[in-house]
Amino acid sequence: MQNVVVNGKDVPGLSGKTVLTGLNELGFDPETVVVEMNGEIVSVSDFDQIIVPEGAVLEVLRFVGGG
Amino acid sequence: MEVIERYARNLQGSYEPLRRARVAICGCGGLGSNIATALARIGVGYLKLIDFDAVEPSNLNRQNFFESHLGQDKPLALQEMLHNVNSEVQVEVEVVKIVQENAPALLQDVDIICEAFDNPKSKAVLANICRTDPVLSSKPYVGGSGMAGVLSGNTIRTRRLAKNFYICGDLEFSGADAGGLMAPRVLICAGHQANMITRLILGKDEVDDE
Repeated sequence: MQNVVVNGKDVPGLSGKTVLTGLNELGFDPETVVVEMNGEIVSVSDFDQIIVPEGAVLEVLRFVGGG
Repeated sequence: MEVIERYARNLQGSYEPLRRARVAICGCGGLGSNIATALARIGVGYLKLIDFDAVEPSNLNRQNFFESHLGQDKPLALQEMLHNVNSEVQVEVEVVKIVQENAPALLQDVDIICEAFDNPKSKAVLANICRTDPVLSSKPYVGGSGMAGVLSGNTIRTRRLAKNFYICGDLEFSGADAGGLMAPRVLICAGHQANMITRLILGKDEVDDE
C-alpha cells in the first residue's frame, strides 16, 4: 500500500481518513492551514467530508501568528 | 511638488504602472502599516486599507503610527499617515473585519491582495477564500507568515507556493514562539511583501531574478 506524502514526507496510516482527521493526527490546527491535495485546494468546508486516498500528495501550509 | 522630482529616484519607466496599480492592504498593523507606507512612497496609485482595530500603545513598537493616533481606527490613522507621505495616492478605507462573506465584494476591485494580519486563523481564512474564489484566485496574493522575535533576518524569504500565491516570512515562528514581535524583523517581512508587490506591478512574477 502506497503511503500518503505530507509536505514531502511519507506518512503511514493516513489514507481512508478524512482530511480533518489527518490534520488533527498530524498536530495541525485545521483553522490555521491551507491544504492542497494532489495539486487541488481542499475547501475548508470539505475538510470533514473528503477522504485522503492511498498515495495522495498533501501540501499543508500552516500559518503562524504575528504581523 | 513636481511629480518628476518626487519620483526622481524611482526606477525609470515605473511611474505609469505604479500609478495605475490598485492594491488592497488586509490588516493595518505591523505588516500592513509599513507595507502601505512603502507603496505610497513609490507612488502606487490606489490603496484600500482594511482593518477593524484601533491603535493601541502596544502597537507602537512596530507599527507605523504616532502616539497621536492612539485610539483611532487603524485604517483612518494610516490614511492620514499616507496623506502626509504622498498626497497623490488615492486611499480608500474600510473599517471592517474581513470574513468569508464580505471578502469577494471588498477585494474584487483591486489588482493585488496583500494579507497583513496578525492572527493565524485570519491569515488562513483569507488565503483559503482567495485561492478558491473564482474572481479572487485570478489576482496575485502576497501574504506573511513568521516574522517574530530577533531570529536571523536571513531566514525571512519570499516564496511562490502556487500560481498567484506568494508568502513571505520564515513560515515557522509565531510571536508566542519567538517571545514577541519587534519592529526590525517585522519590517524585514513587510519589505519582502512590499517588494514582491512592486515586482508584480512591474511585470515580474518570479521571486528570484535570472
